[in-house]
Amino acid sequence: MNVFDIIGPIMVGPSSSHTAGAVRIGKIARAVSGGQPATVTIELFGSFAQTYKGHGTDKAIIAGLLGMAPDDERIKDSLALARELGMAFKFKKSSNKAFHPNTALIMATDSQGKKTIVQGSSVGGGRIMVNRINEINVKFNGEYYTLLVPHHDTPGMIAAVTNLLADQGINIAEMNMYRSQRGGEAMMVIETDQAVNEELVSLIEAVNSVKKAVLIKPIY
Amino acid sequence: MISYDFVQELADKATKKGKCISALVLADQALQMERSQQDLIEEMNKSLQVMAEAASKGLNSGSKSASGLSGGDALKMKQAIHAGQSLGGMVLSETLAKALAIAEVNACMGRIVAAPTAGSCGIIPAVLLTLKEAYDLTEAQVVMSLFTAAGLGMVIAKKASISGAEGGCQAECGSAAAMAAAAAVELMGGTPQMSAHACAIALKSVLGLVCDPVAGLVEVPCVKRNASGAANALIAAEMALAGIESVIPVDEVIAAMKAIGDAMPKTLKETAEGGLADTPTAKKMAREIFR
Repeated sequence: MNVFDIIGPIMVGPSSSHTAGAVRIGKIARAVSGGQPATVTIELFGSFAQTYKGHGTDKAIIAGLLGMAPDDERIKDSLALARELGMAFKFKKSSNKAFHPNTALIMATDSQGKKTIVQGSSVGGGRIMVNRINEINVKFNGEYYTLLVPHHDTPGMIAAVTNLLADQGINIAEMNMYRSQRGGEAMMVIETDQAVNEELVSLIEAVNSVKKAVLIKPIY
Repeated sequence: MISYDFVQELADKATKKGKCISALVLADQALQMERSQQDLIEEMNKSLQVMAEAASKGLNSGSKSASGLSGGDALKMKQAIHAGQSLGGMVLSETLAKALAIAEVNACMGRIVAAPTAGSCGIIPAVLLTLKEAYDLTEAQVVMSLFTAAGLGMVIAKKASISGAEGGCQAECGSAAAMAAAAAVELMGGTPQMSAHACAIALKSVLGLVCDPVAGLVEVPCVKRNASGAANALIAAEMALAGIESVIPVDEVIAAMKAIGDAMPKTLKETAEGGLADTPTAKKMAREIFR
């Protein structure tokens, strides 16, 4: 957290948690699914479910999925824009109380039929916490350059990937490993202090046992 | 490095170094973010410009929000000022008008600066921009005071909450008023310790305030609560500048706000299920809006 999380963001109203935070969750989902999805289903929980129409949370999430920033004055017209751009969307309300009060679960499908799931919570002042990518529970806030490295759970993976970062003088701010089960699907979430470029992403993807890596740039 | 765990830490460190809280926070943030102080000042200045634009837009538009629940009150306040009708003096009236104006722009999905949130976006700019005009302060001074507001806001966000859904309106308009009060004290030449007292005094006045927006929209009572939050900031700053101290230390007040927020039922935390949102008039309005 820094001063601009508190005085900021510059954004379109009416609610930092229900509008700006929602745009950011949508933007993360766009990055993870590798661009604008063909269809999305968005499940809303808690206060998001109760009040999304009034706060424009639906418009905000769709705007994020279309790649808009939280201060984009087109946010209020995003639903029409999505229809124009051929992105089909559907909203569902859920009463499951186990989630943070401002949570959205985004299920996106691209034109090839590849599915991506991103779940995020808006935790106040436009800041968010991503808590699920596909089948893996994670925890990151999108404020850093963030690398998602899905891989097969085998020894030496962390060393192989972090060495590549070290070679380029990139400092790791925070890093976590998540796995579904021993020897199963796993994911590294690496947040860095310096910018990460696409070339480094390709090098990481060349590491044995790594699947497609995703780079999320800081979300403003 | 500053931990941002205690407001008292900010006040003590600033006092010891003979600096303002803003200078302390700016220097620390430049280090932590690996950016120059000038760079941070420029970014903060951009926010101040957006705040001023929103105030001026809201004071002149008078247009209604999409729901029709809010809009036009800032204009009424401005007209009353022009007609010479001010009960509490021009600084208070001008502050109220700007707070209403910015909150109305927010309700219309216009551009604002979350400070600390969009729902409470009118409070800090209304207080600081009004003091700037009334006392011929420079833009640079006002930009610096925003670092004080932000520094205290970081502590509140870390130790309690700035989200209505987590802590009720006390966490949004209460936090904004506390931040604005501390910044106003610094702008008017008060000490760092006075800023800490102003923060505590403002927050104490609204402990327990629930978040109960009609139809779930950030309009009723939010727009007018921005005005009352700005007034709360002014009176807290006024008292602190007179040397009045908060009996309960500021960090204990913040901890109390967190405990109260945790104890508050979900129906009163931005779910539009309780409080004003559950009145017959509000329910009727909600039905009409979402018909």
